[in-house]
Amino acid sequence: MDLLEYQGKQLFSKHGVPVPDGRHASSVEQALAAGEELGYPVVVKAQVQIGGRGKAGGIKLAGDASELRQHAEAILGMDIRGLTVNELYVERASDIAEEYYAAIVFDRGAKQPMVMLSRMGGMDVEEIADKDPSAMARLHVDPLVGFRPFHGRRLAFESGIAADVVRPVGALLERLYEVFVAEDAMLVEVNPLLVTGEREVVALDAKVTIDGNALYRHPDSAQFRDPGAEDPQEQMARERGLTYVKLDGNVGILGNGAGLVMSTLDVVAQAGGKPANFLDAGGGSKAEAIVDAVEVILSDPKVTAVLFNIFGGITRCDEVANGLVTAFSRLDVSAPFVVRLDGTNDEEGRRILAEAELPNVDVERTMLEAAARVVELAGPAPDARIEAESPPVGAAASADPQAAPDSPVSSRPPVEQP
Amino acid sequence: MSILVGPDTKLVVSGLTGREGSFHGLNNRRYGTDLVAGVTPGKGGQDVDGVPVFDTVHDAVAETGADTSMVFVPPRFAADSILEAAEAGVELVVCITEGIPAHDMLRVYTHLKRGSTRLIGPNCPGVLSPGKANVGIIPAHFFSAGGVGLVSRSGTLTYQIGNELAQHGFGNSTIVGIGGDPVVGSSFIDIISLFERDDQTELIVMCGEIGGDEEERTADYIAEHVTKPVIAYIAGFTAPPGKTMGHAGAIVSGSSGTAQAKAEALEAKGVRVGRDPTQVAQLAAESLGAKV
Repeated sequence: MDLLEYQGKQLFSKHGVPVPDGRHASSVEQALAAGEELGYPVVVKAQVQIGGRGKAGGIKLAGDASELRQHAEAILGMDIRGLTVNELYVERASDIAEEYYAAIVFDRGAKQPMVMLSRMGGMDVEEIADKDPSAMARLHVDPLVGFRPFHGRRLAFESGIAADVVRPVGALLERLYEVFVAEDAMLVEVNPLLVTGEREVVALDAKVTIDGNALYRHPDSAQFRDPGAEDPQEQMARERGLTYVKLDGNVGILGNGAGLVMSTLDVVAQAGGKPANFLDAGGGSKAEAIVDAVEVILSDPKVTAVLFNIFGGITRCDEVANGLVTAFSRLDVSAPFVVRLDGTNDEEGRRILAEAELPNVDVERTMLEAAARVVELAGPAPDARIEAESPPVGAAASADPQAAPDSPVSSRPPVEQP
Repeated sequence: MSILVGPDTKLVVSGLTGREGSFHGLNNRRYGTDLVAGVTPGKGGQDVDGVPVFDTVHDAVAETGADTSMVFVPPRFAADSILEAAEAGVELVVCITEGIPAHDMLRVYTHLKRGSTRLIGPNCPGVLSPGKANVGIIPAHFFSAGGVGLVSRSGTLTYQIGNELAQHGFGNSTIVGIGGDPVVGSSFIDIISLFERDDQTELIVMCGEIGGDEEERTADYIAEHVTKPVIAYIAGFTAPPGKTMGHAGAIVSGSSGTAQAKAEALEAKGVRVGRDPTQVAQLAAESLGAKV
């Protein structure tokens, strides 16, 4: 789960990472009250989970109340790369002598936390790497030993930061590591890490991602989840304990097991279609879960056809078939369905579907035949024409320019206990 | 021979008295696995369908000689159960539990690497050596004994590919689900190195997915150390960046961890990559056919 800047800074404060004094505001009046309390000049910052806020005009300096009002009015409701600004953070302005960069990432390749420090801050990591790869010092920390003062010294000296702040920067990194471990973070990033005119070291920004699987032991962080910012289908699915990811095509997809569903999306794309979603109904899917899943998939107005791809292991194909029959009896289903059932009780499942004589339900024997059929039934997605002409494998893997790099969306809550 | 589990496996199940633990534990026993004990704190002295239950893994190991543990307890207790099993001296821990916090697994992983206990999972379907032993939740009736070693990050996708292989007449030496979490106890490399040394395994199929750089590292390892043919499959070409695709570990971060990059890394090292599960089975058939 990605936190907003002010939420990350709350965690920083809790663990002694120095941050400028600031207040959260969701209206112009609250922003003005914050300005009075903090004293001018202040900086007003859009709270959205995306980089490039400053360039988009979402961060402004205000010297007095009238400037603050003007900026707060402009920023609230502003659209920053597709995200609407609903919240502000008003912070006492800092005077900037140096801007550094610090981060702790969960390095799954090395299976250790990696701590990074650079004397070049205020730009993104890729830019630092481009300009001067040697400017980024990094080291791995043994999770059973933890971050020690010598780690801080190594990073500070290696990165070439100003000699007089080696000690306070090292101390800040130690506290940042405490945030990383104690709060179950997958990422903690401070950019810029600021040295003020008085040579104080403070975290001017905070980017924190919390492990969704660990939220049960962080009730405070769990409250940071903002249902309003979630996609309506994703929210609906989460409330029903389903793993659903909204995509931008028109072929609704349900399968059991994350790997098989990912594979299903791929074969649909290879057949020239555009998946509308990822939905893993999970192992041992019962009929009721299938009804919920159908409702979630069909609540996306873009869906013009639906593919069920089930390989029954623990999941029984007869349960899935019964769920589908129930869903058709309860919901107003107009989109055509293609169903492929294989594995445990598959014959029984197909018999149930045949006897129910559901309108618009095709049963196919293989995954590839099912994919081809659903793409035919779905018709072209509104903006899928160019996509369909590109080579199949990997064609749709191109980067989504809207997505922020390194900002994993929280994983599912631990609902599915095998 | 097969790898990891076989006729000599003596299994203890942590969580045997739970609904899922007893269902799958007894299922494994019906398949022929030597299920010698269960562990549930406070229920020592009871039994589950004749299988003795102990309060601690230490007691279970001392009384029954269990050498393999299957962990079936809820996520917040699972890391503890893995460590308990390792300290009690079992050689292999198979953790099925999904949803263990990543930092817990980081500590467990680091600790286990310093000892001799091997961990499979968490968030995995387990290990099946057809005809010999099943430890986990893999539906064994789809698989028969044979020469294909199968290693995968995903459960149902493994069944899909295993089933396609079966239709070409291939059985399996062992099927290993290594799990879909960011930190798992055993990597593709760990398992492939076992298959390479296993005389029953003639061909290796690895089934990867988006996220991390495991598959890329494995490509380098295969080029240097593996003489047996390897066929690969990667799921998640259509996954958008920044979204977790079901498995906690299945996420493309920025430009890293994409299916495209993984497939290219494998192909660059001479590993053939099937574009869908059906083609994986065809490539396996071609490869084994060419060998004869």
